[in-house]
Amino acid sequence: MSTQVPEQQEEPTEAAAETETQIPSKGDARRAEKRRRAAERRAQKQAEEAERAAADEDTIELKVFRYDPEVEGKQEPRFDTFHVPFTKGMTVLDALMYARDTYDSSLTFRHSCRQAICGSDAMFVNGTQKLACKTQISELQEPIRVEPLPHAEVTKDLVIEMEHFYEQMHAVEPYFQTNELPDGELEEQRQSRENREKIKMSTRCIWCSACMSSCNIAAGDNEYLGPAAINKAYRFAMDEREGEDIKQKRLEIIEQEHGVWRCQTQFSCTEVCPKDIPLTEHIQELKREAVKNNLKFW
Amino acid sequence: MYEHDVIVVGAGGAGLRAAIAAQEAGADAAIVSKLHPVRSHTGAAEGGINAALREADSWEDHAYDTMKGSDYLGDAPAVEALCKGSPEEVITLEHWGMPFSREEDGRVSQRPFGGLSFPRTTYAGAETGHQMLHAMYEQVVKRGITVYDEWHVMDLAVTDEEDPEDRTCYGVVAYDIASGEISGFRANDGVILATGGMGQVYDHTTNAVANTGDGVAMAYRAGVPMEDMEFIQFHPTTLPSTGVLISEGVRGEGGILYNAEGERFMFEHGYANNAGELASRDVVSRAELTEVNEGRGIEDEYVHLDMRHLGEERILDRLENILHLAEDFEGADGLTEPMPVKPGQHYGMGGVETNEHGETCISGLYAVGECACASVHGANRLGGNALPELIVFGKLAGRHAAGDDLGEAEIPTGKTGEYEMADYEFETELGESGGTSPAAADGGAVVTDPETVLSAAVQRAEARVEELMDRRGRNHAEIRSAVQETMTQHVNVFREESGLKQALEDIQRAREAYKDVAVADPSRTYNTDLIHTMETRNLLDIAEALTMGALARKEFRGAHWRKENQVRDDEEWLKHTMVSWNDGEPELWYKPVILEGENKTYEPKVRSY
Repeated sequence: MSTQVPEQQEEPTEAAAETETQIPSKGDARRAEKRRRAAERRAQKQAEEAERAAADEDTIELKVFRYDPEVEGKQEPRFDTFHVPFTKGMTVLDALMYARDTYDSSLTFRHSCRQAICGSDAMFVNGTQKLACKTQISELQEPIRVEPLPHAEVTKDLVIEMEHFYEQMHAVEPYFQTNELPDGELEEQRQSRENREKIKMSTRCIWCSACMSSCNIAAGDNEYLGPAAINKAYRFAMDEREGEDIKQKRLEIIEQEHGVWRCQTQFSCTEVCPKDIPLTEHIQELKREAVKNNLKFW
Repeated sequence: MYEHDVIVVGAGGAGLRAAIAAQEAGADAAIVSKLHPVRSHTGAAEGGINAALREADSWEDHAYDTMKGSDYLGDAPAVEALCKGSPEEVITLEHWGMPFSREEDGRVSQRPFGGLSFPRTTYAGAETGHQMLHAMYEQVVKRGITVYDEWHVMDLAVTDEEDPEDRTCYGVVAYDIASGEISGFRANDGVILATGGMGQVYDHTTNAVANTGDGVAMAYRAGVPMEDMEFIQFHPTTLPSTGVLISEGVRGEGGILYNAEGERFMFEHGYANNAGELASRDVVSRAELTEVNEGRGIEDEYVHLDMRHLGEERILDRLENILHLAEDFEGADGLTEPMPVKPGQHYGMGGVETNEHGETCISGLYAVGECACASVHGANRLGGNALPELIVFGKLAGRHAAGDDLGEAEIPTGKTGEYEMADYEFETELGESGGTSPAAADGGAVVTDPETVLSAAVQRAEARVEELMDRRGRNHAEIRSAVQETMTQHVNVFREESGLKQALEDIQRAREAYKDVAVADPSRTYNTDLIHTMETRNLLDIAEALTMGALARKEFRGAHWRKENQVRDDEEWLKHTMVSWNDGEPELWYKPVILEGENKTYEPKVRSY
């Protein structure tokens, strides 16, 4: 059972009240009629699906979380069941796209690259944060339960509000800073292979927010920077091209009240990271750097 | 209504670079993108960025390789701008902290790539695009540039003079995906299109689902010609089941292609006796399909790419990402077995016609990156030349839009230079897919006041959305897949007249079907059904122009192979294909290629590798 369900049951009513007023009045009746028709169509399609499923064993059963603040019947969160024909190598994203394109075009989720680099399609699949595009159906227990990432406000179906995540990422000054650049035209800064290797994993972050969603601390402390943002700070603090003075500033940022010291090393972020970034280790290393740094001035 | 000096549409590499450059030149720049910037498909680029950084190399050599690679359909002023600008831009990225792969001495590494006479491809593992996209987005955050993310730009706000060359672009109309709000975005100094590729015209593609050619179609509807659309790059190494890209870097590092009989066919069957696996992409793609067609493919579908002999250490150091992709998306372990690969749609060489500063024939409208055609890639793009295009032309267009003087451009746009009308009778009816987006010039009174132009565009967009949402009709998904299927079957690596004609008919049928398209999801909240429906219109326009160009061009040049005409015909076809949308139907015409560079003329030679 997902952890976010209790929160969501409160959200819809509020959100619904807000959006209702924004809908233009023109065409309301037609739209209501259209909704009714849509509901009918859906019911019919699902009946057909169920028949097919009974007849064909090579289908998989998906239970997908549905919610829309302005559509009758979806304002109360619910799960819809889809039966999708299984093909070898099928991912959760493939199955969702099939369900959308075949049964219900209002089924909504973010996705773009289909190859685990755009970071759009992190979801809660059978109770774990996963990238839908790199999660094989064959590795999952049926029925497959697909929900939006926990601990975030749900916009619609599997789409969550990302703004808070982006704000936390932006809070660590997530850009390269240095006080000196090489003088010569077309001259690069030197970086040792070892140093590049050291930051390599941290630069692989695709901002999918799976880690943030999995983190108990972030769930309880909305101001906690969270694993992804701290990892971003790590990526720069450990980059030898930035220089000591900048590193000093970076350590101050991550040492703030809602920074690294909040982490209780539960490793949930590391476990769910689809790019295998050792997030907890990076947070721990920053804690050590901060301690060393503080001792220096003591 | 929102207002900025420069509005950039799209937030991949070209868009981000354009916004940064415009801001550096003193403009208030803003980015409007249907995806959050870090979701852009630049992030999927793997191989690298070509730049003549070292003393033994020169921009002139890079330009020569690029012209040859283009099969002499690149325009020299654009190609030279690319090759001269790339080194400085690569160093700028390094100064912005981009984590390039490094040599022992700490300098940026370079590796060999197909069609290059010098190992000049700088890279960051096999995730160069990801690192580049993030390094640039970081700069956008640092500079506080406004980003309207998840706003889908529906159309341009352009005046409606009779000739496109007299029109002016005053902004864009966009739809906020989260809320359903439709708003005008007034651009005081210019609109820069950076909307990326159009791979979704095909069903086996390395492109993202979002790559629907929106900018190209938008500019086309406003009167800007599409240029050289028939030149589509099919990347020789994509995973058969998903189209996920396996970087050319694998072959650059020494990866070998084998057929079902274990033959190293690039050499053994004489496709490229010198360069072998590192011949130009079009050459390798055709070789692979020929092997499959002649019965030497594996499972009648693909060939093998083997990198095991490179050793675990080198693979992990330079190609680690490839191991993950092959495992996650094809279940193959690149360390212990060869990887299955086949050609897949990868890149559109053509696009919105621009000059070497990114300007289109409409005043105040620019295009950069994959959606644009300057042209630097001509009939075939070299690996490692797309990323430098983003940053070089992104910067130039950003500066120009912000008012920097870049001097006189040499490439004429629209019908301002020499041109000829096509002498080709299409058997299929073309154009008009219904809806309320006619060509910009509607024969009515000419409106030139920016506010009126913008509010009229907003009203048209509102009416369009209302129409799509209120009526009953068919879903876009079946129309989209009909187009993708016919394009993949008939307008692929190998093309012949009957198939191309069939494709045009299928596209016309899809256009007819699109007249009844409707959005079933009644919600204004995050309605992807609506967004995809609007994108499908763009795909129809692009598929049609692309196929028209392919049908009319009776020669074999670069990526465009014709069964009936298997030679390059410089006498007749050393010219750019142009398709303009005026008065509700597409018009085919041609303009000459510019082979005269700054210090030399690039004389067409036989292209062998």
